[in-house]
Amino acid sequence: MSDTRSTADTTSEDTARKATRPRVGLFATCLMNVFRPSVGFASVKLLEEAGCQVEVPDAQTCCGQPGYNSGDSDSARALARQVIETFENFEYVVGPSGSCMATIRHDYPVLFADDAPWRERAERLAAKSWELTAFLHDVLGAKIPEGARFAHAATYHDSCSGLRGLGIKGQPRALLAGVDGLNLREMEDTEVCCGFGGTFCVKYPEISTKMVDDKIRNALDTGAEVLLGGDLGCLMNIAGRLKRINAPLRVYHVAEVLAGMASGPGIADARKESK
Amino acid sequence: MEIRSREFKQRSVFAIHDANLQSALDRARDGFIGTRAARAAELPEFEQLREEAKGLKNHILEHLDHYLEKYEAAVTAAGGHVHWARDAAEARRIVLEICKRHDAKTVTKGKSMISEEIGLNEALIANGMEVVETDLGEYIIQLAEEPPSHIIAPAVHKTKKQITELFAAHHDRPPKTSVPDLVNEAREMLRGKFFAADVGITGGNFLIAETGSSVIVTNEGNGDLTQTLARVHIVTSSIEKVVPTLDDATLLLRLLARSATGQETETYTTFSTGPRREGDIDGPEEYHVVLVDNGRSKMLGGRFREMLRCIRCGACMNHCPVYGSVGGHAYGWVYPGPMGSVLTPLIKGLDNSYDLPNACTLNGRCASVCPVKIPLPDLLRELRHMQHQRELSPPTQRHALALWRFAATRPKLYHFGERIATRALALAGRTKGRIRRMPFAAGWTDTRDLPAPTGKTFIDQWKARRGQK
Repeated sequence: MSDTRSTADTTSEDTARKATRPRVGLFATCLMNVFRPSVGFASVKLLEEAGCQVEVPDAQTCCGQPGYNSGDSDSARALARQVIETFENFEYVVGPSGSCMATIRHDYPVLFADDAPWRERAERLAAKSWELTAFLHDVLGAKIPEGARFAHAATYHDSCSGLRGLGIKGQPRALLAGVDGLNLREMEDTEVCCGFGGTFCVKYPEISTKMVDDKIRNALDTGAEVLLGGDLGCLMNIAGRLKRINAPLRVYHVAEVLAGMASGPGIADARKESK
Repeated sequence: MEIRSREFKQRSVFAIHDANLQSALDRARDGFIGTRAARAAELPEFEQLREEAKGLKNHILEHLDHYLEKYEAAVTAAGGHVHWARDAAEARRIVLEICKRHDAKTVTKGKSMISEEIGLNEALIANGMEVVETDLGEYIIQLAEEPPSHIIAPAVHKTKKQITELFAAHHDRPPKTSVPDLVNEAREMLRGKFFAADVGITGGNFLIAETGSSVIVTNEGNGDLTQTLARVHIVTSSIEKVVPTLDDATLLLRLLARSATGQETETYTTFSTGPRREGDIDGPEEYHVVLVDNGRSKMLGGRFREMLRCIRCGACMNHCPVYGSVGGHAYGWVYPGPMGSVLTPLIKGLDNSYDLPNACTLNGRCASVCPVKIPLPDLLRELRHMQHQRELSPPTQRHALALWRFAATRPKLYHFGERIATRALALAGRTKGRIRRMPFAAGWTDTRDLPAPTGKTFIDQWKARRGQK
């Protein structure tokens, strides 16, 4: 930006530019909020660098998926109404989770199938709700911040909800291709469930463990040092099992790597020092 | 077949620790998934065919009564007999009567899942008949006195070594170890049975309304021998298998083989229309079709109608990571995997099979390969909804959901709860970054560490940062 411009010019230009910057509501998923706030800050950084104004509405809690998938559609509807009211005035809603965003995009309109006014609102919200990497790549055509560097061999786990619900497959990979030094190695059965499945992993722990062991074996077979993915549920499941069996693979959310914010400990890694 | 779906949890844990089963499942998974993908890729119109098949089946289900009546008229015109069975007991009784009328001593069977569903073998055996399964897989499990664990590969859970031992124990011959030798030995054992059979019973992959034909597909030719060599041929089929025309059957056959075994077409696709006619060199003297409802018409009128599009290819279970981990016997009834987890509760009752709709991660892989695009995860979720409404789900789960709803619809309270949880978990994780043991979360921490929160919640940190600006 030129130094010679007057303050007044800059201000009006800023205002004009601000007017064209899409106003994005960040959907702060429950797991991210509690376990991995850095995923939220990485998402904000990526969105802001791609030219968005990001807000994090305080009135948000959960998308309602735990209720919906447990058969409690009434609870899911109550939460869906809350999400709709909280986010419907944004130009876009973006969340760093294929699973939560698939709930908003696909399940909300279904939940209100017999309730026309709410169904319309749900459909309008669904149409502008995006998983982070899909939004960056498909909507904004974003480039990865210059200087994003991650000099590691990594493998990418395709989380099921994002993959099959939202068609997320190429987007994170295309974005990761812009990260300097990153060497992506595809694992066998990368599209097969890791055994998380929300409450499945606590209701059927033996089956879940068998599935995550299969996932880990495939990931280790690639020789990668790092496993990446777009959903914290899967990543916490994989990281938790990796720690328990002392397997040498670190785990990050893809947003952390894309934003150049993956220099600290991975998920479930020891802190270097306590603060 | 007796339902044992209530034991799903125990059976699944047992299955995971069964080394033989695990090696058999690994082998099967690799074969089925790769070959299906290859055959689908070779056919540019594969996705379009799936869409057409879905449309065709929806049309049929919309007019099922019409096509069934048309089919019945065509079968009768071809000299055959159609019998209607409302439930399993009626279906057994009809088949038994036909067999008794012909004084049957030996009954051969081509593989038929509906006959498993109605418990036909037990009924025939109890009435003094010798029943011989002629599909190689079914023959193997009949010797082992086990039910099928898969709908197209019933003995998929067995290793070659186990089959060698099984044959050696039953055939009184030196043990064979190569697959061709084993297959030949089974073939020789079965040959005499085919000739001795009084009645041959097959399933029906499709029933064609315009011609009154029944269609079966096999890779061993056993179905042909079953239905042409016996004096009487009985087709057992569920009512939703009817299709309007030969062309329609062809559409579904193209999808069936590719989805099931990854073949372009099965080795034998056989159309039978009525009994032997004058001048025919073979074929049965009598031809009967038993049309079984057993819960289908109820499904037809409700929200599970889409399940009736199923053409029994097994692709959903081949691709299901849960089925691939525990095998079919864990599911405790005739139909395993995703399709079984929908069908079993609908046919045998929600309370008899609580775990089946729940033991699914909703990963959606089954729906992505289903040749007729049945939204299996949505149907499983719908069953969970019914379980919740009927209060079949555990009280602890319902209380937890009520509590979660109470908090989650009150953002301030929810964030307060998250703040407390974050602080407690961060403290428990300390500098290790993970928690090895958590009371009340044994399902997680028995086999996995729980990643610890890295600090304050995101929303708290966000507010603090924005507040500074």
